[in-house]
Amino acid sequence: MSGNPLAFILGGSPSDQIVPPKGNAAWLTGTASGAMAFIAVFALTLSLAVGRMADFWSLDLARSATVQIVAEGEALDLQTSAALEVLRTTPGIKSAEIIADTAQIALLEPWLGSGFSIDTLPLPRLIDVRIAEEGVDLESILLRLKAEAPDASFNDHSFWRAPILEAAQRLRLMVAVSLALTAVIAVIIVVLSANNALASNQGIIRTLRLLGATDAYIARAFVRRITLRATFGAGAGMVLAMMALIFFPSPAQTSGLLSGLTLSGLDWAYPLLVPLLAGLSAFIASRMAAHYHLRRVT
Amino acid sequence: MISLNNTGFSYGSRAILENVTQELAAGSFHFLTGPSGAGKTTLLKMCYLSLMPDSGSLRIFGQEVSELSREQITQMRRRVGVVHQDCQFLNHLTVRQNIALPLLVAGRNIEANMENLEDLLAWVDMADRADALPEELSGGERQRLALARAVIMDPEMIVADEPTGNVDWEMGQRLLTLLVELNKMGKTILLATHDLNLIRSIKGRVPASVLRLKDGNLSLAGARL
Repeated sequence: MSGNPLAFILGGSPSDQIVPPKGNAAWLTGTASGAMAFIAVFALTLSLAVGRMADFWSLDLARSATVQIVAEGEALDLQTSAALEVLRTTPGIKSAEIIADTAQIALLEPWLGSGFSIDTLPLPRLIDVRIAEEGVDLESILLRLKAEAPDASFNDHSFWRAPILEAAQRLRLMVAVSLALTAVIAVIIVVLSANNALASNQGIIRTLRLLGATDAYIARAFVRRITLRATFGAGAGMVLAMMALIFFPSPAQTSGLLSGLTLSGLDWAYPLLVPLLAGLSAFIASRMAAHYHLRRVT
Repeated sequence: MISLNNTGFSYGSRAILENVTQELAAGSFHFLTGPSGAGKTTLLKMCYLSLMPDSGSLRIFGQEVSELSREQITQMRRRVGVVHQDCQFLNHLTVRQNIALPLLVAGRNIEANMENLEDLLAWVDMADRADALPEELSGGERQRLALARAVIMDPEMIVADEPTGNVDWEMGQRLLTLLVELNKMGKTILLATHDLNLIRSIKGRVPASVLRLKDGNLSLAGARL
């Protein structure tokens, strides 16, 4: 980078003047980098949102469980008391509370509507269990419940949490692949743009060679221009994407759906890396392309 | 200065130069003549290291060119000034900037060479055209610009390929006069031309020899002017 990164950005070096400030594909690099940065910021946001969701499922819900008792009459009450006793005396259980009828009614209301009587339904007794951070010996609790409350079943949510976590992992992987593909496309565009710029300035390159210019000198003029176009293009794309995220509907407006598709706290710093990485990639890719091209045309 | 020993060059299967042997001494003045397609430009390109010989030996400034690294070739190009018939300029730069271009690519300080640059502009009679763009120049002005650019680095040798091809007789003479002045300063001149009147006109001004290229072979045409 000619030794001084600041001088590279600000220009003013004599070599910066040797390439005319126009070209067939002058707009291509900036526009394409902007579009790629826009996509990259959204992919990054999605990745972070999926990460948060996965954390929620794996951490928060892993610390809760439900005990379900399917019995009738006196047996139901006796087994409920026994199950509560078992749970409250088991190390690692933070709390164990019967889910009240009103809460059960609220859970069923979306399906059965309002105004139904819970007594007419053969509903099981539910106990909400909160597990401490250190966790619980699952095998021990199952054995004790089987002995004290034979009609009780312990559900640690792993049955339906596992596929969600797996889906979240897959989604994160797909987002990571999308980000990588975006980077690959951006690099390809930079290389094509560099080749185009070099090919359309063959006359200038021949003249400079004739005058004793080194490959590094000739390449520098092209590399600087392409790198700056890619960086500023990506910067513009990033700003647009962040503005779109700022104006994304709030959780209240979306009734909780899609509420995670935004950035929070320090996450807002991640998109700032996009133009920097775009510039760095453009610098490396265009430099390699320029030197390869110049070596070929002896 | 330049030593060719059984030097050959081919474009594919077509041999352009075959077993060319010739010595060009430092400070000498040579015309290079021959029919179109005889290989004049190819020979000149080898002399300014734009082409490398396929066979034989070519020594420039005492160094075998086939043994030079890419960096050494670049450094050696700076010791040779080149003037083309179809002058290649950077059309977005002014006359002054084009003349200064060899200094730029060599990393020299333009400000420190400004006086030299202005002297050169005056020498080629283009001081009043210093801020013009190459496209605004006449054929003669373009050739003089090319000559000024060729000598800004104070090269040891000037290679000129048909520099008077696109200009009238009077302008051709002006260019020749400038080349003669450079030769008197000790520069080696190798000038390709098919203009016999131009060659004759140098008689009595500076010692010169005529090299004739025909059928891939270079020979002294007999005349020492």
